[in-house]
This record gives sequence, C-alpha cells and structure tokens, in this order.
Amino acid sequence: MSERKKAEDFAKEQKEISVSEFFEKNKHLLGFDNPTKSLLMAVKEAVDNSLDACEEAGLVPDITVKIKNVKEDVYLVSVSDNGPGIVKEQIPRVFGKLLYGSKFHRLKQSRGQQGIGISSVTLYSQLTTGVPTKVWSKVESKKKTHYFELHLNTAKNEPDIVKEEDIDKEVVGEHGVRIDMEIHGRYRKTVEDYIKQTSISNPFAKISYTAPDGTKTTFPRSLNELPKQPKTMKPHPHGMEFGILQRLLQKTSSRTLLSFLTNEFSSVGNQSAKEICKIAKLDEGTKPQELDRSSIEKLIKGMQTAKVQRPPTDCLSPIGSAELEKSLKKEYPNAEFVTSITRDPEVYRGFPFLIEVGIIYGFEQESKKKNDEEKREDTIELIRFANRVPLLYQQSACALTEAVKDVDWRRYNLQQSGSNLPSGPMKLVVHICSVWVPFMSESKEAVAAYPEIIKETKLAIQDAGRKLSSYLSGKRRAGEQKRRLQMFDRYSGEVSAALSILSKIPEKEVEKKLKALIESRIHIKEDFADEETKEVAGEAKDVKEAKKK
Amino acid sequence: MVKDVKKVLENLGIKLVQEIEKKENPNIEIPIRALSNVVYDKKLGQLTLGNKTSKRYYFNVAHAKKFMQTVMVASFSKQLLEQNIHASIRDMFYNLKRTLPDSDENTFDEQSESDPIIVDLEVATDVLREQLHLTTDRKGIVAGNVIIQDRGDNIDWSKLGSGGWSIPSTVDEITFKKVDAEFVLVVEKNAGFERLHEDKFWQKHKCILIGTGGQPSRGTRLLIQRLNGEFKLPVYVFCDSDSYGFYIYSVIKSGSISLAHVSDRIATPEAKYLGLTISDIYEYDLKKATIKAKDVDIKRAKELLNYDWFKKNPKWQKEINLLIEKGIKAEIEALSHRGLKFMSETYLPEKLKKKDFLD
Repeated sequence: MSERKKAEDFAKEQKEISVSEFFEKNKHLLGFDNPTKSLLMAVKEAVDNSLDACEEAGLVPDITVKIKNVKEDVYLVSVSDNGPGIVKEQIPRVFGKLLYGSKFHRLKQSRGQQGIGISSVTLYSQLTTGVPTKVWSKVESKKKTHYFELHLNTAKNEPDIVKEEDIDKEVVGEHGVRIDMEIHGRYRKTVEDYIKQTSISNPFAKISYTAPDGTKTTFPRSLNELPKQPKTMKPHPHGMEFGILQRLLQKTSSRTLLSFLTNEFSSVGNQSAKEICKIAKLDEGTKPQELDRSSIEKLIKGMQTAKVQRPPTDCLSPIGSAELEKSLKKEYPNAEFVTSITRDPEVYRGFPFLIEVGIIYGFEQESKKKNDEEKREDTIELIRFANRVPLLYQQSACALTEAVKDVDWRRYNLQQSGSNLPSGPMKLVVHICSVWVPFMSESKEAVAAYPEIIKETKLAIQDAGRKLSSYLSGKRRAGEQKRRLQMFDRYSGEVSAALSILSKIPEKEVEKKLKALIESRIHIKEDFADEETKEVAGEAKDVKEAKKK
Repeated sequence: MVKDVKKVLENLGIKLVQEIEKKENPNIEIPIRALSNVVYDKKLGQLTLGNKTSKRYYFNVAHAKKFMQTVMVASFSKQLLEQNIHASIRDMFYNLKRTLPDSDENTFDEQSESDPIIVDLEVATDVLREQLHLTTDRKGIVAGNVIIQDRGDNIDWSKLGSGGWSIPSTVDEITFKKVDAEFVLVVEKNAGFERLHEDKFWQKHKCILIGTGGQPSRGTRLLIQRLNGEFKLPVYVFCDSDSYGFYIYSVIKSGSISLAHVSDRIATPEAKYLGLTISDIYEYDLKKATIKAKDVDIKRAKELLNYDWFKKNPKWQKEINLLIEKGIKAEIEALSHRGLKFMSETYLPEKLKKKDFLD
C-alpha cells in the first residue's frame, strides 16, 4: 500500500515556473514547431527587429541576411543592419531575456509588440545547438564595437554573458547591429519568400540575401524615403479593460476623475469625460486612486457607452496605395495588371486599424509543366501582412483569409468554387496595420476574427476587385474588338474580288477602298470604351430591327 | 420576266462599292423569309412575302460571313450569265468553297450553307434562281401531245417511248412549239405516272401528264404554271388521300412558306384537286385497301384544317375531318385493288366527267 502524500509534500514540489522555462517546454507557442519554421523564425525575428530599429531612428534600412549550412540540420543565421545600434548595457537583456522590450506598453504601430521574438531565438539556439548567440553592436562610428556571446538562463529569465569585449574590428559599418545564431533547422524556399514579401511591404528597405548554396539575391528599394513615423497613441476609452484601467488609475498623476479621463485617453475632451462620469454615475471630482472595484466596473461601462470621437489615426503607418503599387510592380515586373487600395482607418475594441489590398494579375506561371488539358486554374496566392510583416503560416485560420473567401469573386470576373479562394493567375496582398494587431497566438501567424476587421478587409478587397474587373472587361472588349477586326480583314479579299466582278470596278481599287474603311474603323476603336458600346448598341439595333420587320 | 439580271447584279455591286467609298457600313437589304413575314393573299389565292426586310451588314460580327457569301454567290452567278452557261447549285458550292488566307476558316463548309444564300440573293434582287443560271437536279417527268424547243432542239413529248421528258429546273428557258391538250393531270407518284403513261391515258383523254415524284420541284411547278397561264389549260392534281398528298396540292396551288417570294412565278391558284379523297374510298369501295392513319397524319391533318385556303372550302373541311374521324388514308395505288386498269379506265374518266373536283 502506498503512502499517502500530505499537503506539505505537495508544497515542497510546488515552485515558481519562470517564463523561460515555460517557453522552453512550449517552443511551438513561439513558432518553433518544426525545423523549417524554426529557421524562418530566426531570420524573421532578426529582420523585424532591424527594420523597427532603423525606422524609429529615421535611418533607411540596409539589411544583410546570410544563411550557412554548418552541418546536417544546423544552420548559421547572420543578420546585420545599419540601424542605430544598441547601447552596451542593454544588449544582454534585449537578446537574452524574454518579455523584455520597448514596444509592449505603448500603443504604436510596430512590427514587434511583445518583447519575445529575438530572445526566443537565443533560447531556441541554446536548446538545440548550445552555441551562444553572438551580437555585435556599434552606436557611433568613433566608438568601439561591443561584442557579446549570450545564453539565456531559463530558471531566472536573465541573460548569461558567456563572453564580452569591445573590439576595433569593423563588423557592422558605421553603426548598426549584427547577430549570429546557430540553430537546428531545415532550409526551405519559405525563407526567400519571406524576404521577398518583406521587401514588398517595406519598399524603403534594401535587403541582400545569401542562401545556403551561396546564391546572392538583392531586393532593392523602390522608395528612398522612410514612411512618416507613426505616433504613439494613448488608449481609447472604447477598448478599456478592467486590469489596464486599474493600473492606469493607480499610476496617474491626475487629481480628479475628470482630468484623469481627459489626460490619459485619446479622443476624450471635457464634454465626453463629463458624459462618461454621468453614465457611470460617478462624481467628476473623485480621486482616481480611490475608485473601488464596482466603481471601476461602472467607469468601464461609461467609457464603452459614451459617445467618444474615434481614436486618432496618425499612429498608423500604412504602406500607401501608390507605394504598394510601385513596390509590387518592382517585384513582379512581368505582371499584366497591378493595383492597390489603402482604406481609411477603422476601429476595433478602441484600437485603430487600417487595411490595404494589392492585386497582381497575369504573371508568368512559375511552373510551366501545365499543358492545355490541365488548364484548370490554380487558386490565387494570398500574401498576408500585419504591420508590414509577412504572415507565412496558418493561412486558413486567419481572419484576413476568411474575408478573402467571403468575397464573391465571380463579380470581378474570376472563378471561384463555393466559398474558397478564387482561381486565376493572380496574387492578392492584404495588409493590416494597427497599434495592436490581434494575433491568435504569440507566434503571430493569424489575425483573430474581429467582425470590424473582416468587414473592412472585405470592403478593401471589393474596392480593388472593382478595379481588376474593369481592367479585365476592358481587356476582354479589346480582345473581342481585335478578333472582329481580324475577321473583317479576313473576309475582305473575297468581298473585294466579288464586288469587283459585280461592279466592273478593278479589284485593286475596291480592295484599297475596303481596306481603308476597315483601317478607319480600327482607328476609331483605339479608345475602345466609348466606340465599342456604340458599335454593340448599333448591332443590337440591327438585330432588333431585323426581328421587328 | 424580261429583266436584265446582269444589270441587277451589277447595280448591287456598284451600290456596295459606293457605300464603302462613303465610309458607310455596306449592306444588302433582304426581305425576311420566315413564317412571320408570309401572308396568304386571298385575292391571288397564294402565299406571298410581306414587306418586312432585314439588312445584312459587312461590319457586323453576326452578318459579316453571310455578307461575304452573298456577294460571292452574286458574282458567281454574274459570271455564269456573262458566259451564258449554267451550273448546278452543287457545282457552285464546290467552286466557291475555299480556305480564307491565314486561317482555317472556309468560305463555305457545306452545301447546306450555300443553298440558303442563293434564296437570299433571289429575294434580295427579286430574280429567280433559274434566272441566275443556277440549276438543281431534274425532278419530275412529263408526257403529252406537245412539242417544245430547248436550247435549240425540238422535243416531242409524245415520242419518248416508255419514259417521259425529265423536267429541268430552267423551265422558263423553253419555248412551246405546239400544245395539243385540253387539261393537265398532275400525279404525285412516279408509279402512277408510269401506269397512266403505259395505258396511253394522255392520248385517249387529250391531256398533258405530269409526274412529280413527291413534292414537286420548282421546275415542275413552273411548268404547271406556264401550261395553265399561257395555254389556259385546267390543272387537276391527283395525289394520295392523306395529309401529305393534300399538302402537295396546296403547294402547287398556293405556294409554300419557304418559297413564298416566288409564289407568283410558280404557284397555280387555278389548280383543282381531283383525288384521291377520303370520300372516294367509300364511293369506289376501296375500304379494304386503306392504311391506318398514324398520329403524325392526324396531327398534320388538324394543322391543314386551319390553313386559310382549306378553311374557306366546306368540302375540304369535310374531307380532312373525315380523315381525322375515320383514322384512315389511302395511296393512289389502292385503286389497283379494283383491277390494274381501274385507275385509267374507270376512276379517272368518271371523276373527269362528273367534274368531281375540290378547289
């Protein structure tokens, strides 16, 4: 008979779990579910950080990515940038501590938002190869380069510095960061797809990429200026939740509830603040720190129901319709038709967001194995971005995908069976930017299905779809026009010969006149839109007349 | 009839070239040949074309090819006229069929495409196919005391032995030298013609005997009309006693819907129906030689009841209703039930003597 355990025994076993230990066991939550994806994650986290750093420092990014196959299933990922660099004291924690970052507590559009990304790669590398992550950072051209070799102490969630020195050797140019990570992984083309897509959504960035086999590809910039820096936004009352509000109430230096509301929130003026207090049945003069639980709950209700202006939108930084189009044309120079749409900002849960859509139609199929019999067209390729970061996994779980499927593509002259993705030689780009993109998990692969987001995405797609549709019907009309003129031309020889016999006018002469007439009809048709309808209407009239008679 | 066909075709060509010069959409105006544009002219007693027309344009996707085909046929015909030769409609098809340059498209794919174009040209120019020097196979035979001239040769219809003269499609080109007859007897079937020819019926009864071999050809109808019009000979039609036979008579007398545009040239409104009638079956005791009428016969008979020219005559109404009611029909050969010479020696002489005709 086994001995019964006592509560004291359990107590001995119960202990704190560090965040790092938790993620050590749950690597998949951070996106490291398999070797292919793990390698991609390492590249992605490093590149995203570089882009964020350059952008915030107002530097046009120049990023180099190199992947080397060290031995079977082990790769060295090396990413360097021309960013502002990181000061010596911060380096260990930025790369060696989970949940450490500058972006979590503020409401501003950025690629990273949680402070997990790059340190999770350090953790993963340490778990799979044991090789420390190497970091070079240079802040000013005159200063030395700081060099670190780092591990992550999982029990404490603190960095372990393996080696540290200041060196003279030029590693990152005048300023910037380079990071080398040796990880267990598997190389697939998805890495290149990610870089190509990143280049689309960051047209101001130049990215040089060296694949494991040594081939070097450069993705040039199509824009020489950085986008306008998004502003940091104060929280909007419509998105308030209990915990956050409680913290804000404690921290505030405002003395009254009224001033708390006007100072700490966006879009709240005196008028709205008074209305919130009225709905919440709270005294405007109450000291913020003195509100109790039930008052806070009332306050939330007031904040959510009161009429408040929309949040400001200068905290968003879209790619921009013209820029996106230019970028797509650069990336797909052979595309027949490219268009893009940037919608006005909308709001979900008090967070402003904005949708952009791009369409690339009629490009050279990459695989030419298709023969005529297999001409059934493939479904389109959907390229998703969130805050300029490509989303490469979990397409079917994503709200953006749901919105694409929800659109009736047949209206825009594409084939679509049921509510699947449409078919055709097309790539569809959908970009959501927001101060807080609602991802379904920490690995940031799929956007959660907020109705406002789905609705707005659909509207954006429909805007772009209409442009595509008018292009396609114009193209079809032009094609038809060409065919009919070819037909008139084809018959002209026989008609001229016959008319010459009938009228006794020399064939050459008749033919010349007929060709001139056909020619004149081509010229009229060159701006086909208007003439075409007239011609068609004329024909319809002929037929109608014939029927009438 | 004396129309300068060459000139008509030339004018058509000149008009089209002028339209091309004026940068207009060249077109040929063609009266519509459809039931909706066919009317029964009670005064004339024949089907005629209404005045609805359609225009065939060159610059119209739906018309262009037919436009080309129409001018091709017109120019082909003009060349025939210039050389004074004839061509069958099949010859024409092969002559005009070719592949258009830089394509795999043919001017004509089948004869069924070129045949209707000829009729289009006929209605558009108001000129008969025969006048366009386009011929069809000979169909129909004739015998009688008649001498004609055909391309310079004299032909005596009474001296053709066991056969008769095969009726060509270009009947308007023959001239009559001698016509010694009191009426024309048109027999629907070649077998009936053979019977009566062998029995020298035309000699004994001073008539012209015509065998149509089913639905009469345009040439045969034209010949019937000429004999009726030019020599005032009464025309009696002798057909099977069924819907099809009645309809043959109707076509000879009033014209057909598909050829309504030429009714005035080939219909013979004065033609009368001699037999066989359903009443004859009872009158001449042929009950045992009848055939049961099929559903299609009954259906067709019901349609005939509503034809204007059958409607106005109570006797016809009676005959057709009888067919529907009794559900029987009879071929002219049924008369042989009463003996091989019953037709020529008893039935026909009696009918002619009694003037027992349907109009």
